[in-house]
Amino acid sequence: MTAALLTIEDLHVSYRGRNSTAHILDGVDVTIGRGQSVGLVGESGSGKSTVAFALLGLLADNAEVSTRRAAFDGHETSLRVEETRALRGTDIAMIFQDPMTALNPMFTIGTQLVDIQRRRFPRESRHWLWARAATMLADVGVPDAAARMNRYPHEFSGGMRQRVVIAMALLVEPKLLIADEPTTALDATIEAQVVEVLQRLRQRTSTSMLVVSHSMGLIAELCDSVVVMYAGTVVEHGPVQVVFSRPRHPYTRALLACEIDPYQAFDPSQDLATIPGTVPDPARRPRGCIFASRCPDRHDRCGERPPHRQAGDARAYSCWQEAS
Amino acid sequence: MTRPVLTLDNAVVRYDRFTAVDNVSLELRRGETLGLIGESGCGKSSIARAIVGLQPLAGGTLAVEGETVKDASRQRRLVLQRRIQLLFQDPVASLSPRLTVRALLSEPLKIRNAFTAENWGRIVALAESIGLGEQLLSRYPHQLSGGQARRVALIRVLAAEPSIIVADEPTAGLDISVQGDLLNLLRALKDRLGLSYLLISHNLNVVGRVADRVAVMYLGQIVESGPTAALFREPAHPYTQALLSANLTLDPSRRHDRIVLSGELPSPANPPTGCRFHSRCPLVQVRCATEAPALRTGEDGRAVACHFPLAATPTVIPQAIAG
Repeated sequence: MTAALLTIEDLHVSYRGRNSTAHILDGVDVTIGRGQSVGLVGESGSGKSTVAFALLGLLADNAEVSTRRAAFDGHETSLRVEETRALRGTDIAMIFQDPMTALNPMFTIGTQLVDIQRRRFPRESRHWLWARAATMLADVGVPDAAARMNRYPHEFSGGMRQRVVIAMALLVEPKLLIADEPTTALDATIEAQVVEVLQRLRQRTSTSMLVVSHSMGLIAELCDSVVVMYAGTVVEHGPVQVVFSRPRHPYTRALLACEIDPYQAFDPSQDLATIPGTVPDPARRPRGCIFASRCPDRHDRCGERPPHRQAGDARAYSCWQEAS
Repeated sequence: MTRPVLTLDNAVVRYDRFTAVDNVSLELRRGETLGLIGESGCGKSSIARAIVGLQPLAGGTLAVEGETVKDASRQRRLVLQRRIQLLFQDPVASLSPRLTVRALLSEPLKIRNAFTAENWGRIVALAESIGLGEQLLSRYPHQLSGGQARRVALIRVLAAEPSIIVADEPTAGLDISVQGDLLNLLRALKDRLGLSYLLISHNLNVVGRVADRVAVMYLGQIVESGPTAALFREPAHPYTQALLSANLTLDPSRRHDRIVLSGELPSPANPPTGCRFHSRCPLVQVRCATEAPALRTGEDGRAVACHFPLAATPTVIPQAIAG
């Protein structure tokens, strides 16, 4: 087996305040194999976007980032801004949530698609870059791509704009494509189209993907494996089908129980599942298990840090509970 | 059959020359939750605005418990309109950070000049019954948990003693672990206070679970409506079928049936001729481009506007859903 494209061990991100320090990420491990697609799933405040932003060096200036070890494409990296800057837009590209704000309204799509390639192909002519961009635009399903190159972002619909953003990310031939909530701003039928574009892309290229989303449905569609985050820690990770069909960590189980399946028979008088309680304050994290205060299976041991358990099915989770 | 608590008859909503809602008729029965689904720009929020009185109807009528709002006297109109309240998309954002919970809850009564000991007592009792104890009354919104803030916002809506609540995307932006809390609360209040809901949402899972009946909109018109379970299982309109199949699912076996529509949503300002869906319909025929299909209601309470509705294949529907 070849080395993974990206390995991060024990990632910590914190912000120092006047009286306290907020620990946003507390010991996160992420590994992405070559050509693999990994999903980061969690609710607001879980730190999933912070992981992506740390990779890109897009965190605020006062963020304190540390890792035990991080390596990208065979090279060790400290994730310091100087190092991530070199990767950004060449080896790592990002698809943002809102396609409107990701494009500059003052320039045509063509100009933006050409400029994005300049760092990657500094010696190529504008003519060559333009032709390449038009081909890519057609590839991601923008009809009449050659003519549309001369249009401005406002002349595109939301779904088409997101395709432009995807084309933009792909033009630099990144080794890793990060998609942060790529379909959240889109309508259902348009979301299905964009999911199809991304799925096709996965089959055709060897680009690895990191999909950051709160939607477990999207992760299930696009990813091989999933990392479930809660309050800045990884509670469970493993192959998507394994984790989603047989969750082991109480948080993963509770989260999946909250998913509604409108096709399943149900008792209308029965309440919907919820997870009572709130996410702990990042400045006052509990010493033991981070989920303990909301966990239905809590017991005395949970005041201590839970062990990291490896299950036989390529899945790992952090809990005192033995696999049953 | 009981009289509907709200009736929208051939309603038209226009912004200048742009028709957002084109001849839509809806009935909301007492105690039911009617789901309204469709994509951006289909006119579902315009219907909400027209029903709560934020946007005048350019055509058609709105009746509350059989009384046509347009024909009522000015004073009566206010009374009727007050029976319909709008629950905002992000109810918590509607709470002023400078007011205490006590002030926030008494404000709607004071606006109506109805701040009496009796009414206030009723509000406090209602708050208590959904878990907002008296000790919270002196707090400010930032001192509340998300769940408590949602309850405060809900009670403010209920202070007007409405019989109909129009909820426009009430769960949008909520984490899935708390979305159930809001929906459970809405259902409990509905049963206790005899409310009826018009639930507008793009979240098909939520609508499929909590709505009794569903209406599907496309470009300003209703293309299909019917009891939720039947409509979800056997959609009759090709658009409904495509919309439902586009819903992302954790169940890999269901993904094979996905219908990915080609093309974009046409501009509602310039809808296609004939059937408005014909430009994207996978089953389009010649007739669809010229002749607009009428919304025809069958005896099973289902209505569909399509020249060639999908044939229902008989399947066994679990009792609990059919119930």
